[in-house]
Amino acid sequence: MRNLILAAVVATAGLSTASFAQTVGVSWSNFQEERWKTDEAAIKGALEAAGASYVSTDAQSSSAKQLADVEALMAQGVDALIILAQDAEAVIPAVQAAADEGIPIIAYDRLIEDPRAFYLTFDNVEVGRMQARAVLEAQPEGNYVMIKGSSADPNADFLRGGQQEVLQAAIDAGKITIVGEAYTDGWLPANAQRNMEQILTQTDNKVDAVVASNDGTAGGVVAALTAQGMEGIPVSGQDGDHAALNRVALGTQTVSVWKDARALGKAAGEIAVALAGGTGMGDVESASMFMTPGGNDMNAVLLAPVPITKDNLDVVVDAGWISKETLCQGVPAGGPSPCN
Amino acid sequence: MTDTQTLEEPTRSPKKSLFAQLDVDTRLLGMIGAFVLISLVFQVWTGINTQALRGEVGLNPFAWLIDGRFLTPRNIFNLTIQTVSVAIMATAMVFVIVTRHIDLSVGSLLATCSAMMAIVQTAVAPQWLGLGLEHPLIAPMAIVVGLITGVVIGAFHGWLIGYLAIPAFIVTLGGLFVWRNVAWHLTGGQTKGPLDGNFQLFGGINGTLGVTWSWIFGVLAIAAAFYRLYSARRTRVAHEFPVKPVWAEYAIGATMAAAILGFVAILNAYEIPVLRLRRMFADRGEAMPEGFTTGYGLPISVFLLIVVVVAMTFVAQRTRLGRYIYATGGNPEAAQLAGIRTRLLTVKIFAIVGLLCALSAVVASARQTFHSNDIGTLDELRVIAAAVIGGTALAGGVGTIYGAVLGALIMQSLQSGMAMVGVDAPYQNIVVGVVLVFAVWVDLLYRKRSGS
Repeated sequence: MRNLILAAVVATAGLSTASFAQTVGVSWSNFQEERWKTDEAAIKGALEAAGASYVSTDAQSSSAKQLADVEALMAQGVDALIILAQDAEAVIPAVQAAADEGIPIIAYDRLIEDPRAFYLTFDNVEVGRMQARAVLEAQPEGNYVMIKGSSADPNADFLRGGQQEVLQAAIDAGKITIVGEAYTDGWLPANAQRNMEQILTQTDNKVDAVVASNDGTAGGVVAALTAQGMEGIPVSGQDGDHAALNRVALGTQTVSVWKDARALGKAAGEIAVALAGGTGMGDVESASMFMTPGGNDMNAVLLAPVPITKDNLDVVVDAGWISKETLCQGVPAGGPSPCN
Repeated sequence: MTDTQTLEEPTRSPKKSLFAQLDVDTRLLGMIGAFVLISLVFQVWTGINTQALRGEVGLNPFAWLIDGRFLTPRNIFNLTIQTVSVAIMATAMVFVIVTRHIDLSVGSLLATCSAMMAIVQTAVAPQWLGLGLEHPLIAPMAIVVGLITGVVIGAFHGWLIGYLAIPAFIVTLGGLFVWRNVAWHLTGGQTKGPLDGNFQLFGGINGTLGVTWSWIFGVLAIAAAFYRLYSARRTRVAHEFPVKPVWAEYAIGATMAAAILGFVAILNAYEIPVLRLRRMFADRGEAMPEGFTTGYGLPISVFLLIVVVVAMTFVAQRTRLGRYIYATGGNPEAAQLAGIRTRLLTVKIFAIVGLLCALSAVVASARQTFHSNDIGTLDELRVIAAAVIGGTALAGGVGTIYGAVLGALIMQSLQSGMAMVGVDAPYQNIVVGVVLVFAVWVDLLYRKRSGS
């Protein structure tokens, strides 16, 4: 019903400007998650700058609803689609329908297993490399623990792959030993904490560094380490969670690899306008070919994330991602910039 | 079951076997046996792993047992604090299942209570009320807000179920969706933390009673247990019920005392790591004496669980509310005809669930030292599994508080043990699922045999 009203409103609004302006439709998988609001603002900004208009739908975590959403967007006459896929495979019929109409599709942040879509995301393997690199720099040898993400999430293995690439040389040289490794069910901090406690118990606390795959699991790891008085040994993470950035400022977490959602949103808006204007997928600026796990060659733009450590905390404050008060809560005098 | 059997009962009692004269709950023994078996398996397994790390795996099973890491004070301490949150909620789930209801919303309810408390600690009290961080009033304020939230939501569920006659499955399934996302809304999806220092005392390792107070607790607990045995016997004698032989009472008392003192001794034997001790002294501005060591003792969260178990058992066995709960569970129609206000009873039960979810939220978020959006995810299933493994029958009318707690402990020891030996999460879940079904099957067999 809401979509119908939306469609009617957009259709009327569209009539007046249809002669020259482009419309870009965005199908969100679940707009409930806070971060997508940041992405939306960035996409809107980029579209506005290009004189294009924005329409959107929310699939509310249902792949079936997402198919209907995409059809509704196409019925509104969008010139390009940005899809945050609920499921990499289930969304393919929508890609098929759009391809039939000649509407370009951008797979936003999450992969769509279809070469007719254009893939835009952060480089997850690179995130893993950055995590391992930062930890390795802080602790070049000793016993490592790998706290992986959820076994149900393919990203968990991408990350782990990137981490292994960086650590392999040190492992072969005998400098690093991996003494514990565990998936974290559902990415839950509580599960990461329990796994870390058990690994510490089994190894008699003989752990020198922890490569954790995101900030939530890093939080669980730091809680387990603190209980043993071991807080301060290198721990990695990603996402730029406020609590995690605070830990970086406090010195209990080494790195949080930050994926700036605004950069991703802006790129999506710009690429959508370019594709709608007739630019070929291979001609998009800084596009490369990406081999998917399903064996498809896709045109893709992989943005580089930023590793946030105690040396560049100013970046997140200057970007307006976190306030200085939140970042520096509880940091004693003499902490890293900007908390000093 | 026949008349002749019941008539024979008193005359037959002197001929009972020694074991039967002790008159202990065989189901309880079975569960303790299962726990011991699991512990031994992991003790051996971790022992072999430890030897493998040293590069010399022997063939001597006793050496495996000695080298094991599962039955160390440290791991037993880990297990107890890991179990608390689910165990507290499981005690309430017993009442729900006994009255033939179910509650699928406990994990989400926990998240909402945790979110409320986190907001009080990180925003409301320090900023709006201007108390600043680490003010002594923050923790009590947060806990009161959390408990009220839990009771109000729980009672509301109970009202929907009792007075509007919406099935509990549906109400709490709705609650599962609603409260998880209310929690998300309250925090804007952000992780909130670190939580207040005093609040963190309830999380387990960050707050323990210390060696001396743990011993005092142990002695008091033994005194209470002895008094309970004595008064139970006196009541039975006064009502001219058959009683156990005196030696049996002494044997049971001695076992309980040994168990309590053993438990305290184990928790006291887990020494605070030197690094942490040094920090504790540094925080107080003192220098740590050379060679100083001390044990953790009883965690406050475990103390909380013990209080909950005693209180809930008292409610179940000694109060009108408890008797009504079991009567209603045994036969709802008969209970209603007998004049029990079953609708109000439902409200009370779910209010208790809400209260204990809030208490679990205190323990769970304090343990993590921060509130995360996904706190308590899938806890509803763990809680139900704990109650069911602990012998609570889904058909209603049967279930014990201590059984649910033991069920939670058995599940946790399986998961932690497997995490310790490096069995990965997907396989852990397979094992836990199989154990759940197996435990219920064994319980059914037991019930058929014992005719209860």
